[in-house]
Amino acid sequence: MSHAVSANGEPRNYLNETYGIKSWLLTLDHKRIGILYLITLAVFFLVGSMFASLIRFELMTPKGDLVEAETYNKLFTMHGVVMIFFFLIPSIPAVLGNFLIPLQIGARDVAFPRLNLLSYYLYVAGGAFAVLAIIMGGIDTGWTFYTPYSSTYSTSFVSLALVGVFVNGFSSILTGVNFMVTIHKMRAPGMTWFRLPLFIWGHYATSLIQVLGTPVVAITLLLVCFERAFKIGIFDPNYGGDPVLFQHMFWFYSHPAVYIMILPGFAVISDVIACFSRKRVFGYSFVAFSSLAIAVLGFLVWGHHLFVSGQSTYASMVFSFITFFIAVPTAIKIFNWSFTLHKASVKLDSPMLYVMGFIGLFTIGGLTGLFLSTLGIDVHLHDTYFVVAHFHYVMVGGMVMGFLCGLHFWWPKMTGRMYSEGAAKLGVMFVFAGFNLTFFPQFILGYLGMPRRYHAYPEEWQALNIMSTAGATVLGLGFSLTIVYLLWSLFKGEKAPANPFQAKGLEWDIPSPPIAHNFEAIPIVTWEAYPYGEEESTEPSTEAVPERAKEDEVV
Amino acid sequence: MSDFPLFPAQASTIAWQVDALYAFLLVLTVIFCLLVFGMVIIFAIKYRRRSEDEQPEQTHGNLVLELSWTIVPLFLALFVFLLGADVFFRLQRSPSDPLEIYAVGKQWMWKIQHESGKREINTLHVPKGQPVRLTMTSEDVIHDFFIPAFRVKNDVLPGRYTTLWFEATQTGEFHLFCAEYCGTQHSGMIGKVIVLEPADYHDWLMGASSGESMVEAGERQFQQLGCETCHKSTATGRGPSLVGIYDKPVTLSNGQEVVVDSDYIRESILQPTAKIVAGYEPIMPIFEGQISEQSLLQIASYIKSLSESAE
Ligand code: HEM
Ligand SMILES: [Cu+2]
Repeated sequence: MSHAVSANGEPRNYLNETYGIKSWLLTLDHKRIGILYLITLAVFFLVGSMFASLIRFELMTPKGDLVEAETYNKLFTMHGVVMIFFFLIPSIPAVLGNFLIPLQIGARDVAFPRLNLLSYYLYVAGGAFAVLAIIMGGIDTGWTFYTPYSSTYSTSFVSLALVGVFVNGFSSILTGVNFMVTIHKMRAPGMTWFRLPLFIWGHYATSLIQVLGTPVVAITLLLVCFERAFKIGIFDPNYGGDPVLFQHMFWFYSHPAVYIMILPGFAVISDVIACFSRKRVFGYSFVAFSSLAIAVLGFLVWGHHLFVSGQSTYASMVFSFITFFIAVPTAIKIFNWSFTLHKASVKLDSPMLYVMGFIGLFTIGGLTGLFLSTLGIDVHLHDTYFVVAHFHYVMVGGMVMGFLCGLHFWWPKMTGRMYSEGAAKLGVMFVFAGFNLTFFPQFILGYLGMPRRYHAYPEEWQALNIMSTAGATVLGLGFSLTIVYLLWSLFKGEKAPANPFQAKGLEWDIPSPPIAHNFEAIPIVTWEAYPYGEEESTEPSTEAVPERAKEDEVV
Repeated sequence: MSDFPLFPAQASTIAWQVDALYAFLLVLTVIFCLLVFGMVIIFAIKYRRRSEDEQPEQTHGNLVLELSWTIVPLFLALFVFLLGADVFFRLQRSPSDPLEIYAVGKQWMWKIQHESGKREINTLHVPKGQPVRLTMTSEDVIHDFFIPAFRVKNDVLPGRYTTLWFEATQTGEFHLFCAEYCGTQHSGMIGKVIVLEPADYHDWLMGASSGESMVEAGERQFQQLGCETCHKSTATGRGPSLVGIYDKPVTLSNGQEVVVDSDYIRESILQPTAKIVAGYEPIMPIFEGQISEQSLLQIASYIKSLSESAE
C-alpha cells in the first residue's frame, strides 16, 4: 500500500497527485478521464432533463398551449439526441468502465491512454456541435432523423446536430477499441478470461458493438448531410433516392446501440448483486456468454423497427423470429441474477436497492419488448406511447438505474468519501416510484392509440397524461436529491475505507481513492471471480505467472 | 371515472384477434413478473444478512436450472412468434374484391378519394361489414395512416404505394392519426373515420358534388396528356397497348419479367426509361413533376379498368 504522503499530509492518491486545472484537462490517467466524463455527462443529463420536463408540462393539457408545435418538436428531438448520444451511450462505459476496467484486471492504465483522452475530447467536440445546434435554434427531426423529412424538408439545424453525433461516434469507437485491447492485453498475471468479473465481460461485449456498429450510423448520418447540402438523391425519392433505406441503415446501428445502452448496466448489476448477497453470480459462464450472444444477435434484428414501413411480409417474419431469440439470453440473465440471492446473505444497502429496482423495471421493459416483437400486435403499437414506455423502462429503468447503482457502489472508491446512506435510500425510493408513475400510464396510452411525438391529443387521454406528469415531478425530485447528497458527500462525507462493502475484486484491495498508478505491485491472480466466502483465497500468491504467458499467445 | 378508458374501441374484424393476443401476452407477462419479483423479494427477505460476519455457502450454478430457463422461454417465445405471425398475415392479406379507396398524405392533411370520384379531406367514410382496401402514397415526407379502433396502421411513403385493409364492424366515428412524425403540424394531421351502414354509405357517395368517377377522371387525363397517341387499344401504336395488362406479367427489354401493378404504372409514367417493355423504344416523354399523386392514382385506376372490361 501507498506510503507516500502528499503536501497536506494525506496519503497520495490520484486526486491529490497533482493539482491545477491543466493537470485535469491534459490528464492521461484513466481514473481522472472517468471523472471528466462524469462531470460532462451530468451537465448533458441536466439539459436533457429540462427538455423532458417541458415536454411533460406541455402534455398536462390536451391542447398544445404551453409551447408552439414547432418548439415542442424541437424539445422532444433535443431531449432524445442529448439523452441517447451524449448521456446514455457514454454513461457507464465512459465513467465506470474507464475508472474500473484497469483496476479490475490489475493494470496500471488502459492500453492507449492518449487515445483515451482523445476520445474524451471528441465527445466534448461532438457535444459542442450539438449544443451549438441547440443554441442556434434547435433541431426538429426526432432523434431517429427519418428521411426525407431530415434530408430535405426540415429547416432546422439538422446538419450541425448530425455532425455532432458523427464526431461523438468516433469517441465511442475509440473507447471501444481501447477497452478491447486493454481487456485482451493488459490483464494481470493469472487473470484468465473466466476469472474476470462480469463487469469486464459486459464491457467487452459493449465495445464489440461500438466498434462494429458505430461506423455504419456515422456514414448514414453523413449521407443525410450530403443530401441536405448537395441534393444527391440517396434517401429522397424526388432525387431518385429511397426513403426507407435510411431506416435500414439507421437501425442497423441503432438496434445494436440499444444494447450499448444496456449491456454495461448488466455489467454493473452482476458485480453489485454478488457483493450484497456475498455470493458468486449464479451461472457465471451463462451470464458472460449471454452478453456476447446479445451483442451478436443484436445485429440481426434491426428490421423489427420497420414492420409497418412497407418492408416485405417475409422479411418482417424473419426479423420478428430472430428478435424472439434474443429474448432468451435476456431471460437467462434475469433468472441467474434472481437465483444468486438463493441461500445468500442479502444486505439491502442503496446499491442493492438499485439492483432490485433494475431487475423489476428491466423485466417489465424486456417483456414489453416481446409485445413489440409480436408482428400482429406491433402493427397497432408501433409509433405509439407503448413504444415510448417500453424503451424508457429499459433505458431509464434499466440503464439509468444501473448507472446510479454503479455510481453508488463505487463512489467511495472514486471519491474517497461516503455518502449518506439514509438519503440514498430515500433517493432510490423516489426514483423508483416516480419512474413507474411516469411511464406505466404510457403503456395504457399506447394501447389506446396515442401516437408518440404529439403536441396535442384527444381529451379522453388527459387523466393518464396528468399521472405521467405527476410521476415525472417525483422522478425529478429523486434525481435532484441524489445529485445533492452526492455532491454534499464530497465536502462533508466521511472518509471512505478501502473496502466499505466488503466486496471482492482487485479494485477493493487498494486504497480509496486509488493511487495514480493503481497498484504498487501488479497483483497475481489465483482465484476465481467473486471469491465470496473464501477468506484465504484473495491473498496474493506467486504461482500462476505462466497462465498469462499462455494467454498472450492466443490473443 | 368515465373518461378513463383502458382499451380502445373494438371496431374491426381483426381488432378482437389483436386484443386476444395482447391479453395472452399480458397474462404471460404477469406470470413472469410474479415469478421474478417473487423470487427476488422472497429471497431478499428470507436470506437477509443476520450478522455482519455471516458467510453463505457458495454454489456455482446448476445445469438443470440453466437449461430449463433457457428452453422454456425459447419455446414460449417461438409460440408467441407464431401467433403474432398468423395475425400479421391476416392483417397483410386483404380478402379478394375489397372496396378500393385511395389516400394521399401531405404535410399536414389526408386527401381521400373514393372510386366514384367523391373526395374528402381528413375524413374517411366507409361502409360497415365490407372489406375496404386503402392504397396510399405521400406527396412529401413519410406519413402513417393509423386507425386505433381497427388496430391497423401502415406507413405512407413518397414515391411508392402501400396498402392497408380492414373491415369495420361498428358504425360510428373513430380517430384517424398520422403516426409517423412528419414535421411541425404532425399532431394536427388527424381526422375521423366514419363508419356507416352500407345503404347510408351508398347515399353518402351519391350525395352532392360527385362529378366524374376516378376512372373517368383518369381517362380524361389519359387523353389530355396525349398518352393515347402511342398507347392504342390494339398493339399497333408506338407504345404497348394497355388493355388487359393489369396484374399480368410483362417481359422487359433486359429479359426480366415484372407484374404490372400500380407501382409499376406510376414508375412507367414518371420515369419511363426505368423499365422498357421488350420490343419497344425508350421514346416516351418523362412526366416526373408534372402529374399530381391524385392524378396518377386516377390514371392507374383507368388503366386497371381497361383490364376489367377486357376480361
Ligand atoms: C428483450 C429485449 C427487447 C426486445 C424484444 C425489444 C423489442 C423492441 C421492438 C420490437 C421495438 C420496435 C417497436 C416499434 O417501433 O414498433 C423496440 C423499440 C425500441 N427498443 Fe426495444 N427491445 C428489447 C430491449 C431493449 C433494450 C434493452 C433497449 C435499450 C436499452 C431497447 C430500446 C428500444 C428503443 C430505444 C426502441 C425505440 C426506438 C424508437 O423508435 O425511437 N429495447 N424494442
Ligand atoms: Cu430494436
